[in-house]
Amino acid sequence: MTTTALWATVLVASLACFALKLGGHLIPRSWLASERVSRVTTLVTVALLVSLVVVQGFADGRTLTVDARVPALAVAALALALRAPFILVVVLAAATAAALRATGWG
Amino acid sequence: MNVLPSNPAARAAVRQGVSVSVATGLYGVSFGALSVAAGVGLGPTMALSLLMFSGGSQFALIGVIGAAGTPVAAIATATLLGLRNTLYGAVVSPLLQVRGWRRLAAAQVTIDESTAVAVAQPDPAASRIGFWVTGVGVYVLWNAFVLLGALAGDALGDPRAWGLDAAAAAAFLALVWPRLAPRRAQLVAGLAVVATAALIPFVPPGIPVLAAAAVAIVVGLFAPTSPDAAAADQPENEPEKEPVR
Repeated sequence: MTTTALWATVLVASLACFALKLGGHLIPRSWLASERVSRVTTLVTVALLVSLVVVQGFADGRTLTVDARVPALAVAALALALRAPFILVVVLAAATAAALRATGWG
Repeated sequence: MNVLPSNPAARAAVRQGVSVSVATGLYGVSFGALSVAAGVGLGPTMALSLLMFSGGSQFALIGVIGAAGTPVAAIATATLLGLRNTLYGAVVSPLLQVRGWRRLAAAQVTIDESTAVAVAQPDPAASRIGFWVTGVGVYVLWNAFVLLGALAGDALGDPRAWGLDAAAAAAFLALVWPRLAPRRAQLVAGLAVVATAALIPFVPPGIPVLAAAAVAIVVGLFAPTSPDAAAADQPENEPEKEPVR
């Protein structure tokens, strides 16, 4: 991505995100009271985040791979199950992948 | 000058807001480092943090850029993830009762944490204080720590050697974890995994994520409505209490 495209992407996406926030403050609350609207919004958030885990954890370009990221994700999941705070989860995952790569795997 | 309000509920709201701000601000370090590692320079990284200011959307945008996705895919993914802030805005707006520039400021700091602290308070005055302390506190600390992470990230070298690619995956996992309790969320998560993995080899980066979102929209629109299900996924009035961005 060129520098211009990168800046345009950053600014357009930021503007869109701000418009979404402001929109919530401006529209009547009753408009969003529909169970279906809140359900779709909730589920879209879940689907996007899960999909990003798969892409970030298993994709290498257009190839699905198993490398040091996979054991790192397993460690992260274990930490989350033990209610570790966010920053610790992220650091443990990074440390796991870094350690495996330092020993020459993944 | 005594900066703490005298009302005990408001004092509790301030304390909660400050602790959430510190906890959330700290992992701005990971965003700053990951963003620079993804090839987003210091300037755009800070612009993202200051202007977009929504953790999930920020991580998503740099994820798509790092995977050489198109600008449209990056914008669409970040925007869809920001959709929940519209719900949050509608929830906190009646509590805040603000107009003019204050309303613009309130909109910009309407995120998971400020909404969670606001709705957790026992009275409207404490809700207002909790919202503003958390929103402004996270804004200041998050951006300060993103800057720190971006400066440190520049000096790191190969991000894979430090496991930063795995850290990004773990960050998304940590963001979705508290949202996976309802059975319907688990169903959508399973479908999202299958759709994403099936599409990665065949379509450009960024598109599998949008396909997963489309699956969620279909399930959300057409799944049967039952009283139990309605109670199970009702987060618009009750965002997660933990500081998770």
